[in-house]
Amino acid sequence: MTLPHGTGHLAGSRPFPAAAHVELGKPQLRANLHKATHTIRNKRARVVEELPDWEQLRLAGSAIKANVMARLPELLVEFEAAATAAGAVVHWARDAAEACEVVTRLVRETGTDEVVKVKSMATQEIELNQALERAGISATETDLAELIVQLADDEPSHILVPAIHYNRSQIRDIFTERMGDAPAGLTDEPRVLAEAARLHLRRKFLSSKVAISGANFAIAETGTLVVLESEGNGRMCLTLPETLISVVGVEKLLPSFSDLEVFLQLLPRSSTGERMNPYTSTWTGVTAGDGPQNVHIVLVDNGRSATLADEVGRQALHCIRCSACLNVCPVYERVGGHAYQSVYPGPIGAILSPQMTGIEANKTLPFASTLCGACYDVCPVRINIPEVLVHLRQAAVDSRRDKPSAERTAMKAMAWVMGDRRRYARALRAARRGTVPLERVLRRRTVRHLPWPMSAWTASRDAPLPAPESFRDWWRRTR
Amino acid sequence: MNAREEILNRLRTALGPAPTAPRVPREYRVDDALDGPARIDLLVDRLVDYKAEVTRCRPDEVAASVATALAGVTRLVAPAETPESWLSAYPGKVVTDGPQPLSVAELDGAGAVLTGCAVAIAETGTIVLDGGPAQGRRALTLVPDHHVCVVTSDQVAGGVPAGLRRLTPTRPLTFISGPSATSDIELNRVEGVHGPRRLHVIVVEPG
Amino acid sequence: MRIALFLTCVNDLLYPDTGKAVVRLLERLGHEVDFPESQTCCGQMHANSGYRAEAVPLVRGFVDTFDRYDAVVAPSGSCVAMVRESYPRLVPAAAGVATRTYELSELLVDVLGVTDVGAVFPHRVTYHPTCHGLRMLRLGDKPLRLLRAVEGLDLVPLPGAEECCGFGGTFAMKNADVSTAMLADKCTAICDTGAEVIAAADNSCLAHIGGGLSRRGAPVRVMHYAEILGGES
Repeated sequence: MTLPHGTGHLAGSRPFPAAAHVELGKPQLRANLHKATHTIRNKRARVVEELPDWEQLRLAGSAIKANVMARLPELLVEFEAAATAAGAVVHWARDAAEACEVVTRLVRETGTDEVVKVKSMATQEIELNQALERAGISATETDLAELIVQLADDEPSHILVPAIHYNRSQIRDIFTERMGDAPAGLTDEPRVLAEAARLHLRRKFLSSKVAISGANFAIAETGTLVVLESEGNGRMCLTLPETLISVVGVEKLLPSFSDLEVFLQLLPRSSTGERMNPYTSTWTGVTAGDGPQNVHIVLVDNGRSATLADEVGRQALHCIRCSACLNVCPVYERVGGHAYQSVYPGPIGAILSPQMTGIEANKTLPFASTLCGACYDVCPVRINIPEVLVHLRQAAVDSRRDKPSAERTAMKAMAWVMGDRRRYARALRAARRGTVPLERVLRRRTVRHLPWPMSAWTASRDAPLPAPESFRDWWRRTR
Repeated sequence: MNAREEILNRLRTALGPAPTAPRVPREYRVDDALDGPARIDLLVDRLVDYKAEVTRCRPDEVAASVATALAGVTRLVAPAETPESWLSAYPGKVVTDGPQPLSVAELDGAGAVLTGCAVAIAETGTIVLDGGPAQGRRALTLVPDHHVCVVTSDQVAGGVPAGLRRLTPTRPLTFISGPSATSDIELNRVEGVHGPRRLHVIVVEPG
Repeated sequence: MRIALFLTCVNDLLYPDTGKAVVRLLERLGHEVDFPESQTCCGQMHANSGYRAEAVPLVRGFVDTFDRYDAVVAPSGSCVAMVRESYPRLVPAAAGVATRTYELSELLVDVLGVTDVGAVFPHRVTYHPTCHGLRMLRLGDKPLRLLRAVEGLDLVPLPGAEECCGFGGTFAMKNADVSTAMLADKCTAICDTGAEVIAAADNSCLAHIGGGLSRRGAPVRVMHYAEILGGES
């Protein structure tokens, strides 16, 4: 049985370096990202330092997730039974298209053509808003950053803060031009902008019949779903409408409610750099007289089972979508989220997207890293992102074994030379001899222009020339 | 094959015949290291840090503290079983939710809501509501723009594990840490979006 | 103590002075240094770029060359990280020598118990902790302790020191634009310190940083910190 890969918004058409090149040409974007990522990095570091048992929490979080993956089929069945017993209706979706079909049908059955949405990576991944729109259903994003992106007709560029690429004055301009009911004379004060969003969405919240959410965690033992948020838009959607539809990736499970004692410490501190996010809501099926009376849960595979099949790569499914790895990543900081062309950007995206889609659709992403390791250091569930990147690079190279490649020829040649001390010593001398004339002309030991492929180096950096005498020749001569 | 069976089959295939589930090391802090008064000090410190207003009082001062916190509020929403002793000094109109539930418009028209809570967590400055006594359904503490919450000292747990262990998982739970806020603009925290923009916690200490 | 020097291929060809400084330094401290000539390359570039099969013979060659020594020292955080972290997974027989392979500051501080190596270097220096030394080997402040003990050396902090310089092996070529953007910020931070010398534990990162500094005409010299500790006095 082959395990099908995921569909939806997980890959783009351009190689990462080409997409990055475009984003690097946007100085305002760079400035915005620099400011935001450094702000959140420092906030995170401060609240993590407050906990003397942070490492123990990470170890527990990592082991709980590894445990979940090993027991995923039985835990899903347990979750389904508990949620159903509590009054929820559980649906299953093999891929993005099927998940969209299920949700569209459920919305249609309510007779409404308007839904409110809580920010959810799973619904971004399956491109639910587009599917609803094709079915004549308008979906309003209620998270402030999602609203900004939706109004701007743009795409999210960060897991936690999808509008991180905009600064306050750009957001003011988007509101003024596109919000319709934006107050006159709107300033770029964040407080004022938040107030404008409050007024804009309030009528919708108080009158909506159907809401769509994701979930941060799904508790197998009790059938409970958990959503963490800040603004109260989540509570509005989870509490006021008659019907609530939650789209949940199968990897979101936790065995028991008590496991939340680990993740409610790890997640807020890693994501927004807060001791606790302003609001966390949990619900278990239907509660009479309190909240939605029609509760649906859509469990989605969409490439997760294919990811689970890889023993090294499956740890990517442990991700709790905190974004800490994005915020510390020197590559993400320079290029932003759009360059990754998937809803999952940054280091975690570079290992998650290629596994969900299969390496062919995302073969440049595993190389979009210097392997500096900052992501692994901050990951609250200790996903060894550099290890998986290297593993996927191997898969990317292996997938092209039957095609000619200058890189492979060079790598093989170099390994052949390095494999033998005499060949190696001769190569060192040859490299030296080959560059002596160049050094004579330049009268220095660095060079500004080299031919392809070394031109990729000398485009921005001078290159060193071999030393007049290699170390081994010196050693031989003097010892 | 239906989607459910197919997904479960795929996952079993992915895991192979004998997946091993690792043991979970739980060496993090679970017990409250702090005694009662220190826990309350920490709770107050953390609430204030996240921009909640806080009043500390003795059991016989609750009514006066509530009345002060609600100064200027003419219409107050309260859950059905709110203790009379909390409301006795409040001069405005109290609208009770139940037995007939208040409409969303009525909630939106109120100046504030007064509730108790199930548990408070000192280390994170969190109050947890579970729909139990003096808390009501979730909409009550969501729609009004001002939430006044009475916390008694016996409800205060030190850390997250201790707090969660006091809760019933299957009740609808709402964890509240400060007034609603957003970090969506340049990752700076700004208080006051869709949830109540004012959170006032009245901490009742032993007499 | 008889110590084997694993120089690394980059140093052999481009930076022999770093190797000479390590030899001078350890001999000055009273140790015998051997340079087994069958050594070549650690294979990191191959392993990290998706050419594991090509890396394995190099790992075997390393084990054959160095397994008989009590201690192996390399003036490269990155190559030592490769040996210690990846070798045992690639070739199980490498597990033993992997634990006896040290980055220079580990050998000096942890194994030999020295922080003052008796060096003199009357210059203003800033230090860039390269990623694999910082986050894989956890070198911490060992190189800084060694530099602080150098007579006359004025060590100035490098803002954002823990951030990658953008080298990343083949990353510097495959993602040259991003690499260059990271390098620009690193070079600016270095120039802003007013240091005469930027030191680090990896000449490959320094080739990248030095290439950027040289291109912008910055009057900052790049030096492996071994050359400061083992300088000719």
